[in-house]
Amino acid sequence: MSDLPVTPALVTSEISQTTAKDRRGYWRAVRRKFGRDPIAVTCALILVVIALAAIFAPYAAPADPYKTSVIRRLLPILSPGYILGTDELGRDMLSRLIYGGRVSLLMGILPVVIATLIGGLLGVIAGFAGGRINMVVMRIVEVFFAFPSVLLAVAMTGALGAGLMNCLVALSIVFTPAITRIAESTTTQIRNQGYIEAARATGASAIRIILGHVLSNVAGPILTYASSQVSVSVVIASGLSFLGLGVAPPTADWGLMLSTLRQSLFVAPGNALLPGVMILITSVSFNLLSDSLRTALDVKP
Amino acid sequence: MTVATTSNEGSPILVAKGMVKHFPLAGGWLGRSNGSIAAVDNCSLALASGETLGVVGESGCGKSTLARMLIDLVVPDSGHVEIEGSAINLRARADVRRLRRTVQMVFQDSYASLNPRHTAVEEVAFGLSALGHPRREAMKRASEALRLVGLTPELFSGRYPHELSGGQRQRVNIARALAIDPKVLILDEAVSALDKSVQAQVLNLLVELKAKLGLSYIFISHDLDVVRFISDRVVVMYLGKIVETGPVERIYRTPAHQYTKALIASRLSMNPNKRTSQPPLTGDPPSPVNPPPGCRFAARCPIAEPVCRTTIPALHVMDNTVSHRAACCASIPGSGHTHAPAAIDHSEMIEAGA
Repeated sequence: MSDLPVTPALVTSEISQTTAKDRRGYWRAVRRKFGRDPIAVTCALILVVIALAAIFAPYAAPADPYKTSVIRRLLPILSPGYILGTDELGRDMLSRLIYGGRVSLLMGILPVVIATLIGGLLGVIAGFAGGRINMVVMRIVEVFFAFPSVLLAVAMTGALGAGLMNCLVALSIVFTPAITRIAESTTTQIRNQGYIEAARATGASAIRIILGHVLSNVAGPILTYASSQVSVSVVIASGLSFLGLGVAPPTADWGLMLSTLRQSLFVAPGNALLPGVMILITSVSFNLLSDSLRTALDVKP
Repeated sequence: MTVATTSNEGSPILVAKGMVKHFPLAGGWLGRSNGSIAAVDNCSLALASGETLGVVGESGCGKSTLARMLIDLVVPDSGHVEIEGSAINLRARADVRRLRRTVQMVFQDSYASLNPRHTAVEEVAFGLSALGHPRREAMKRASEALRLVGLTPELFSGRYPHELSGGQRQRVNIARALAIDPKVLILDEAVSALDKSVQAQVLNLLVELKAKLGLSYIFISHDLDVVRFISDRVVVMYLGKIVETGPVERIYRTPAHQYTKALIASRLSMNPNKRTSQPPLTGDPPSPVNPPPGCRFAARCPIAEPVCRTTIPALHVMDNTVSHRAACCASIPGSGHTHAPAAIDHSEMIEAGA
């Protein structure tokens, strides 16, 4: 109890404690907790390996992912020279999986990042402004909730035309409404809190209040949700490629590889399943990472 | 309506005239409202420099709305605020700035009033940065403000709200308001959520700060004993209207309005023999959506007469004491109420009172 006088001995002991506390902010505490979670660290490592391999694909891949060979078609896994075998056109699977990570990770992360920025902005503005602005923004956003997300993505790419760019646009649009909704509801919850009112009483502008008070409280729920959507995005993007709405055939992409290897499923099941395994590992890692993030965001600094 | 002012302590620092706020009721077609709640209906008050004005009344009587209108957190439907004699134009940025530098507010819920992601010093410094002080200076002044409210900055500036006790949190709230260096502090149920011993400490701190910094307080509370302890004058509100105003001891000893009488009688007496099981007042206040046409208290008033249900009583000087006014038909001369004193010439009476 501070309201009582403190003895000098207590003061000195608490001062050392507080100076240590001063150095740790909320995000620092989150990072520390995150770093101590074994599942989070394992998943992060797996994803870092996949991402590094994808980024440095020309150096990491043992062979040219586009070089076909008629005589070496569908070599089994662990064949000499081809660790993970070859696909239906005799291309090295490992190299293709490494190159395929480029498209898949890009399609997993970028749409969610774009959706978080746009949805977060829309939601915070709608939530903070309230009233008519809120109603207009949210009613428009709610139109998108009428469609199942996969169907919406398929319809959008169908309308825009196949291709990487259109896929990105379609996926961004698919993820924006839910993130807007979350940003709006959390902002609405805190906009009538005393500290927002007190900040308004000091004459702070809306932008200053949003930057200083709203974002720090809204960021947690948005991040938690957005990170869980990365795995969904990877899967939907692969699905779009599988349906031929994503990247064009020679390009290596996990979804597309799954689609073309489908015919060989009974001839070389191991090879055919490999792209699926990659999608599984990536999306599960992102999901577990998101779970750990949610736990870490709950810390009290 | 006359301005319920008068104090020999100094010129009024804050005057509110004819404040009205009706909240529209939601639920109509496409957000259109069907009816409104008369939260505050034509209330005027004046705060003398160095004075503490208590505002009492039951829940929902418009105390907090009135307070929020004074610092432009709620935009009034009509009425205006004057600071140190000059009117505040709420559309003019410079005027609003002046209002905020002069008047600050401490809120009831000490926990919700602090951002859980901000340390005490960051919270206090936020308002200063918003007013354009550079970060370093803001932090320095915030530390001083914390020291002022009895929180040693070395110990408390780095703490988050959940690491503080209720009393400490309310001190941070007070520090945040004081950091701006205001002349008037509105305390909206500032000690209501605290337990008794902490309440006493915070009240003593407030009394001390008032003397040290030359502040004036508007002290809103439903706790009559706390109001009696801290206030110089009291305003009693009922259903959006001021029903009685006057010096604190006078109101507590000789309340004129029936509602004030019931309110004062509702306090627990320290004398066990004086305690009764009889509630001084029964029933709920009428709905503010469709307030009764005459006196708003008529439905619960023990001495209500037909005249009370038709005429709206204005604040009227009581017993020749200009500072004590009540809005009750029974004490307005010539109102037609059987308890009303005989009609006297109004001007003559003011003279006598002054």
